[in-house]
Amino acid sequence: MSGKPGVIVAFFAFIGAYAMRVIGNCGALAIFFFLASIKIFRSKQIHEITSQTYSIGAKSSLIVMLVGLFTGMVLGLQLFYTLVKFGSVGALGSAIALSLVRELGPVLTAIMIAARAGSAMAAEIGILRNSEQIDALYTMGVDPLRYLVSPRIAASIISFPLLTAFFDLVGIIGGYITGVVLLGTNAGTYFYRVQSSLGMVDIRGGFIKALVFGAIVSCVCCFQGYFCHMRKDGFGAKSVGLATVSAVVISCVLILISDYVVTSFLM
Amino acid sequence: METPLIEFRNVTKRFNEKTVLDNINLSIYENQVTTIIGKSGTGKSVLLKHIIGLLKPDEGSILFQGKPVSEMKKTEWEDHRRSIAYLFQNNALFDSMTVFDNVAFPLRQTTRLNKTEIDKRVMKRIEDLELGEAVGRFPSELSGGMQKRVALARALVTDPKIVLFDEPTTGQDPIRKNMILSMIIHYRKKFGFTAVMISHDIPDVFFISDRVVILWEGGVGFEGPYEEALRLKVPMIEEFLRSLDGFQDQLTGLLSREAFKMHYSAMLGNSSAEKTSAALFSVRLTVLYEALGAEASVEVLKALGEYTNRYFNNIGGFSARHSRDEILTIFPRKDLEEARRLVQDFADELKNGVVDHIRDMVSAGSDRGTCFDIYIRAGVMEVSPEDSIERIIEKGRAKQEIISKYRCDFGGNE
Repeated sequence: MSGKPGVIVAFFAFIGAYAMRVIGNCGALAIFFFLASIKIFRSKQIHEITSQTYSIGAKSSLIVMLVGLFTGMVLGLQLFYTLVKFGSVGALGSAIALSLVRELGPVLTAIMIAARAGSAMAAEIGILRNSEQIDALYTMGVDPLRYLVSPRIAASIISFPLLTAFFDLVGIIGGYITGVVLLGTNAGTYFYRVQSSLGMVDIRGGFIKALVFGAIVSCVCCFQGYFCHMRKDGFGAKSVGLATVSAVVISCVLILISDYVVTSFLM
Repeated sequence: METPLIEFRNVTKRFNEKTVLDNINLSIYENQVTTIIGKSGTGKSVLLKHIIGLLKPDEGSILFQGKPVSEMKKTEWEDHRRSIAYLFQNNALFDSMTVFDNVAFPLRQTTRLNKTEIDKRVMKRIEDLELGEAVGRFPSELSGGMQKRVALARALVTDPKIVLFDEPTTGQDPIRKNMILSMIIHYRKKFGFTAVMISHDIPDVFFISDRVVILWEGGVGFEGPYEEALRLKVPMIEEFLRSLDGFQDQLTGLLSREAFKMHYSAMLGNSSAEKTSAALFSVRLTVLYEALGAEASVEVLKALGEYTNRYFNNIGGFSARHSRDEILTIFPRKDLEEARRLVQDFADELKNGVVDHIRDMVSAGSDRGTCFDIYIRAGVMEVSPEDSIERIIEKGRAKQEIISKYRCDFGGNE
């Protein structure tokens, strides 16, 4: 008799609990970001920020440029054969530059850094948490948020736009390699179209996205690592592994969601 | 009445449904060593973490010098917290930093000292704890004992007023355990901090503790000096202490104090009419520590215990340590003269055994030089059946004289 209502209640209870957890986590993430952000400007941060900028930014530059090169090349290839059908091969430079600078550059760069540096952030902080090194910081009077999280957020905000710029530049060169060198489009037309079609508004939009993605990726990854000991689905090393996976997956999803939101505001 | 430095007042802490600390009341006094013992899972570490603010009580309050932490301003609490250092059970060293950087870290992050001053202070602590050879190495490249010393150096580098030790000797061999405890007691005397320690290393931990807190089923089963815990004879606590004590002193191989007491009672029951004598042997461990360092001073004690055990067991005697550096031996059916002769023969044996062994060890591996003095003392006395062990020790202390010595000024044994 009570089977059906019981199942329905349980279903809604599950949905409700899940929703509450998600909302709670969003709130915690917002507070975490706020507290960590205001601590960026405390003393003794320069060294840590520089070190993290090297780790997140400089060390990711090669992989970001490699991905940028091949993204540009594949774009050049796809767009060349599409534009040929409409007799507008001359617009190849514009198409590649605009799609890279406005959309693909910031998004793919953010995803690449989330995979490379974001996972490292989550794992490193998670291990510090599990081996009580974060507690040790606290007992020494060192604010763990200030020492561990703030420099990573600052470094990401510095690195993401710079790496995005590298990605865009190398992507345009990749498009040149396929479009001009391999498929014979006119080089002058290609670069003229790149220059004439790109406005400051496009570049600024791309950088705004990169800043937003930098804040999201660093905050999500640090948050996942910092609270990995509170996970219900795993303890110890497993919790670090799960935190790392969650960090990358949530970052990627949030990058795409926020991309839509930012784009709609910029349009 | 003295205001406690730290006071727990009706503190309760729960994790989900499990109550770990249930209405705890306890006091920690300044310049004392307070040791917390209790079965696994009774909340010892939880209690320690409340002191430094890593955990907050669900109910009740924690007071610093009479003022509740909950009523303190953030800056006031931060000032208190900065005066506390915490030695984690697993050391919690920063594994991506070298030993030097680990020890320097709190100074770099929390003070405005310049680089020269930081380097000076760090090197001083590193030398104090005999870590010179490990300066540029990473924690994973060090032995467990060395890691513990690095953690101790890091905890002490800021000259804290209170140091919390969470099982500082866990996983160490008996010599290392005693070395660490020697270091703690040595630095406590040197720097004058208040120590709160979780440890089960009986008997040594009790020898160095001013007060013992026994956590029992979520509450405080006992709080006070160790001797008082034994006198109270609460059955469950007595059984627990006996289980920790065991039958043998791990360091020296002598009887545990409980086992010694049982032997003594049995002997009185069997031969109360016969003559009995005793001798109290001692070395000044604190003086040896200054001269030889932690390891060699513990070696002296260990060697003295082993020699005592071996020598007097053969003639029916039995011995146990009754403080860190005092060994009481009972000679059943021996009068005072016989006992004196035995002790004199033993003293000759010691000259060729303990002292030479230590001299060789120090000359072989130490950079302190080989000049040091060792005095081994003994007080020989007659024992009457009504004498308690405490009374025998008192008599022995009063009669102690040097029976064996090594003085480097005179070129060796005298």
